[in-house]
Formats: sequence, structure tokens, C-alpha cells
Amino acid sequence: MFESIKQGMENTRTKFTEQMNILLDRGPRVDEEFWEGLEEALILSDVGAPAAFSIVERMRDTATRKALPDAYAVLDALTEEIAATFATSEVNVFDENPVLVLFVGINGAGKTTTVGKLASAGKRAGRKVLLGSADTFRAAAIEQLAEWAQRSEVDIVQRERGADPASVCYDTIERAEATGANFVLIDTAGRLHTSDDLMRELEKVVNVVRKRSQIPVRTVLVIDATTGQNGLNQARQFNSALDLDALIITKLDGTARGGIALAVSHELQLPIAMIGVGEGLMDLQVFNANEFASALISEELRGVTHEDAEA
Amino acid sequence: MLESLSDRLQNIFGGLRGKGKLTEDDINNAMREIRMALLEADVNFKVVKDFVARTKERCLEAEILDSLTPAQNVVKVVLDELTYLLGESDSKLEFSSRIPNVIMLVGLQGSGKTTAAAKLAYLLREQKHNPLLVACDVYRPAAADQLQTLGDEMGVRVYRGEGDNPIKIAKEGVQDAIDNLRDVVIIDTAGRLHVDEQMMQEAQNIKDAVQPENVLMVVDAMTGQDVVNVAAAFAEQVDFDGVIMSKMDGDARGGGALSIREVTGKPIKFISAGEKPDSLEEFHPDRMAKRILGMGDVVSLVESAAKLREEEIAEEQAERMMRAQLTLNDFLDINRQVRNMGGISKLVSALPGGDRALSQGQVDTSALDRMEVIIHSMTVEERNKPDILNGSRRARIAAGAGVTVSDVNQVLKQYNETKKMMKQYLPALTDEPVRGKKGKKGKKKKKRGMGMPGLPGGMSMKDLREIQRLMDEMN
Repeated sequence: MFESIKQGMENTRTKFTEQMNILLDRGPRVDEEFWEGLEEALILSDVGAPAAFSIVERMRDTATRKALPDAYAVLDALTEEIAATFATSEVNVFDENPVLVLFVGINGAGKTTTVGKLASAGKRAGRKVLLGSADTFRAAAIEQLAEWAQRSEVDIVQRERGADPASVCYDTIERAEATGANFVLIDTAGRLHTSDDLMRELEKVVNVVRKRSQIPVRTVLVIDATTGQNGLNQARQFNSALDLDALIITKLDGTARGGIALAVSHELQLPIAMIGVGEGLMDLQVFNANEFASALISEELRGVTHEDAEA
Repeated sequence: MLESLSDRLQNIFGGLRGKGKLTEDDINNAMREIRMALLEADVNFKVVKDFVARTKERCLEAEILDSLTPAQNVVKVVLDELTYLLGESDSKLEFSSRIPNVIMLVGLQGSGKTTAAAKLAYLLREQKHNPLLVACDVYRPAAADQLQTLGDEMGVRVYRGEGDNPIKIAKEGVQDAIDNLRDVVIIDTAGRLHVDEQMMQEAQNIKDAVQPENVLMVVDAMTGQDVVNVAAAFAEQVDFDGVIMSKMDGDARGGGALSIREVTGKPIKFISAGEKPDSLEEFHPDRMAKRILGMGDVVSLVESAAKLREEEIAEEQAERMMRAQLTLNDFLDINRQVRNMGGISKLVSALPGGDRALSQGQVDTSALDRMEVIIHSMTVEERNKPDILNGSRRARIAAGAGVTVSDVNQVLKQYNETKKMMKQYLPALTDEPVRGKKGKKGKKKKKRGMGMPGLPGGMSMKDLREIQRLMDEMN
């Protein structure tokens, strides 16, 4: 598992490594330029300027307090620091059994694709999967999910476009109860967090599901890894309207570093359940804070630099 | 949330009043704030660095330091520089004489290509073109269905082809346009990552095959620091001509836009803001600069208001308004128009400092709903002659609308205020008395409606200030 995440985050890591290499080319001295470079690398990974400043501030503190000898030691400490910043949960929402998960997020975050991939993973794990297509707004969203259902040979509840999304959810729950499905995934329409009406609609949908469902209900926000500082606004609004349970970060296979995940997870204390690191069916992986942080600050970089230090 | 940059600068310079002159230190403080504001708006780090260096140099010039209002001058310099970075003049689509012209859309997954394609088709049709949409996304399930549905809704022809070869489909699409007498072909392609060599090659092959006049890259306004890497890779491999910024109806500041222009030299041509097909607008660098700095976008707001007013205000109603005989029904209409403009939150966020007010919950977005409910609880007679509303009628209305009598009173108070306001400024705009000749009214209305030179349509800056004041009162 560790290897596969490292693989998926190859780009992320390479990018950070590049930044760090540029820094370390100057030798392992911890000077002003090192701190500035570190700050820059963090900002470029989208963790946000205030967060970057405060992380660097804390690391400066740690470096002095623990008398860290060189830049490598600082990077080691940084790994721990980053890993500790992510909120964690004891049980991944997708390991709960039975569970009903609602997927929410802005347009184009990758909700439908994520549901499709999870359906396939659930099926492979031998669970009884049921999909609900509550995105009745976007053209062809229902067809898109139906296609996924067909590929993974799982059951799907769908209504015509324009139907009330709450009623689709209701039908999905009834079907789940009738068939004994234990892995129920409901796709909702993408909406901007600034759209009051659509947010209210979603609130209603989530409330209906929470009231009606016997199966435990979890609400998961899907965020695109390329999202910048606006991701925080999105997450705040969705969280205050829907009381989220977890996050999924998609599209981590580009060069985007997904630093916004750190900011959101930390501020709202939401665990990251899954990360999407590629187009393939198997490219949706379980997130682990330690692995994320280690992968961010490359193993190779450290291996090389430690040898250098010994020589 | 974000404070607008001008507010921040005012805070910095505020403490310096009486000091007479700014020092380099003061400017450095200001630059730090500017840097922060730009980073929070997702402007690329490197672009920010250069930008701040350049701006600082200009700010250290004597005329700015010595002026009486250094804060405003610094903001002005920043705004100028930002506008310059975004491209000084508005950049439009250029068509060649070839028929059909071909426009190809590229971008990352989920950036909004298919939606943008449909909106572009709508816009072009408004401009008397005859577009054809071609669905070349053969990878995402049901992508072609999505384009087909959107095309059907607008009555625009969609070519979707057979098989899974996008190059072949694109070529056939162009031929289909010739066969069906369409003058513009819009090719929607699959979303692709800039690091996916195979997919980037495919985009290049489609481009070679159909030789588009315009290749537009669709970029999500919410993209973060990574946008420059993405745009640079697309520029190098597909060489696009311009950018469509999508999802601009959110509260993302779109600092990525600025970075793309700076890094690739490619202009932004359109911004896409909304779920409806008519929400693709031409891009204006100066307005974008203000948005990035959190200074509001009053001009766009006035334009959308003007557009709606032209369409929606019936002649009779316009005349009644001119005579300041506003009824509560008109009040409802105004309410509906505000809704059509995107609701109170959009209206407020376009005003300077509005974002902040919204985020701090200073604006009650449900005030309009409440007002509507109250007016709906009145009889026709009461709506036309609000003067007859005595205590017992008000109590009945309050009970019917599920509010308190004081809520009803407040709506009436607002109504009277608005009426008074119209009475006050209408005579100033009306240079001739209103006469009852039906045929000429339309023309006259327009002429009188010009509140301020440069602002189109029937709204003036005064109106906007008044709207803001009224909304303050609602809280």
C-alpha cells in the first residue's frame, strides 16, 4: 500500500523534491535562505500563505529548541509536523459496514467518477453495493453513473433528469433495505458553495437521508487537488450546511500538490478518507497522513542526503 | 475571510496620519499586505514575487510618497499594474474568412469544457452565427450524451460520431458542418492531464487534423498555484490562443487568471459564471483586477441590471415608476429582478467590501424572501394602494405571512423610502414632463434612464449606493 501511494504521488513528490533539492544544493546549512525556500515550497503546494508562514515559524522554533543540526534534520521534523497536522479518524467511513455515503462537492470535482471507482472496489471486496443517482441536474450525469454501475455490475437507482434528488435518495434507501445492500453510495449534483438555493436543496436532501435511513449515513466532500485557497471557503460552507464526516481528494496524479487538503483537514478537523491518484479503477486509494507526509518529502532525497552527510 | 486590500492598506496608512510623509518601511509593510492578498487570491508565487518588486519600485517614486493620499495612490498603482498584467485591452475571438471556423476546447478534467462549449455555442448564436457542437470526449462515460442534451435544449446541432477515435470524429464534425451549412464548429475534447503524454499528443493530433482558428483552454477559477504548470504545459504542447475561466460565479478570486497571462502570454477571452447557457461573458481585465483585490465589480453588476431592465420592465410599469407611483407589485418585480441577477448575495458581493459583509453574516440573504411572502399575503387592492393598510389589515397580513406586525411595518417603511427616493431623483433626470403618447415612451425611457455618463441603462451609482443602504436597513 505504501508503495502504491508513493507511486501515485510521484509527481507531487518530485515537485517538492525539486524545490528541496534546489535548497539542499546549497549544503545542509539552516539559514535565512533555507527558511525562505521552505516557505516558498509550502506556498507553491497550496497549503496557503498563512499556514506556510506558521509552519515555518514553528519549525524555526523546533530547530532552535531541539538544536537540529542541519537542513535534513529539519525536513525530518517537518514530515512529522505535516503528518500530525492532518485530522485522523479511527475508522475509515468506507470500512464501516453497513454504510450509506453521500458525495457532495462543487462542479467538476470528480464526484461521479469517485462513486464509480468506489462501486467497483466495493464489489471486488465482496460487499453488496447499491448506487443512487441523485444528480438529476447535470445533463447525462445519470447516464454516466449508470455506465459505471454496468461496468462493475452493481445495482443502481435512477430517475429521470429533473426529478427531485431527495426522492431519488428515498427510493435508494428503500431499495437498499429491500435488497440488504450494505455499501450504498449516492452521487449528488455539483454545486458552488456560494449558491444559497442549491446549498439549501442539498441540506434538505441530506436531512431526508439522515432521517429516513436505518443504515448509518456519512457525508463526504470531494475536493479537486488542483483547488487553491478557495477550497477552504468551499469546505467551510459545505461543512456548516451539511456537517461533513470526511474528505476525498481527487486528481492528485497531476503536478498539483494538494496542499489545500492539509489546510481543510486541519481547520475543519475532517479526516481524508480516500485520495484519487489516477484514471484507472485501482487508482483510488486509502489515505494515510504519515504516508502522505513521507511521500511529500521524498525518501530518496533523504537517502541521498544522509549518505552525503556520512561521507 | 479576506479583507479587501484597500481596507488593509487603509489600516496600515491610517496610523501614519499627521506624519506627513511615508517611509520605505511603510511601503514595505504595504507590500507585505499586497503579497498576502495576492497569495490568498491564488496568484502564482513567482508572479507575486516579480509583481511586488515592480510595484514597490513604482511606489517609491516621489510623487506617490509625497502625495496627500498615499494609501489610495498605492492602491491605484497596484490596480494599474494588475490590469496591465491581465492584458490591457479586452481580447475578443478572432474569426478567419474560412467557413466553417473551428474552435477547439481543451483543459483538465472537470474544468468545465462541455458546459463552456454549450455556452459558447449559445453566445455565438446570439451573435448571428450558426454553430455546430462536436463531441470528441470518447473517454468519460456519457460525455457525448451531456453535450447532446445541452445542444438539444438550446436547439444547436450536435455531431457525436461513431467509435472511439476523437481525431476521426473531429474531422467528420467539420464535414458535417459543411454539409449542414454551419459557419462555426465548436469541438469539445476530453479532459486531460498535462503530464499525460499520450493524451497531450492526442490533443495535438486533433488540432493538426482540423486546423482550428481558435484553441481555447478552459481553466477552473478555483485552481491554485499549480495552474501555471498546467497552462505552460498546454501552451507548449497544444499552443492554445486564449483562456475561458470557468466557475467564476463562486467566490474564488481567480488569481490564477493573472498568472496564466503572465506565464504564457495567452489572454483570457471569456469568463463563465453560472449554470445557465447565457452566462458566458467577455473578459474585462480591469474588472478582474478589482475582483482579485476584493474591490467589487460594480460595473458588471450595473450591466447585468441594465440588461434585465431593458428586457423586463414593461412600458406601463416604467411610466408609473417615472411618476414615482410605485406600487407594492413593482416592489415584487424588483425583488424578482434581484433574484434573476443572482440573488442578494451576488449583488452584495459585487459591491466593494461585499464579500466580507457576506462572510461575516452582516447581510441577511433571506430578507427578500420574507418581503415577498409578506406582499403575497396582501390583497390586490392593498398592493396597489398601500395607504389603506391600517392596523387590523397589518395584523391580518402578519398572521397570514407567519411574521410579526413589525416585519410588515418594516416592509412598508422600505417601500415608502424607495418611493421617496425615486421622487427625489427622478425630476432631476427628467428634462421634460411626461406625456401620455404611447409610441414614444420606449425611447424617452432610455434617455431619461441614463443616470450617469458611462453607465449603461437605467441605473446610476446613486441607485447602487441606495440599494446598499436599503440592504443595511434590512438587517
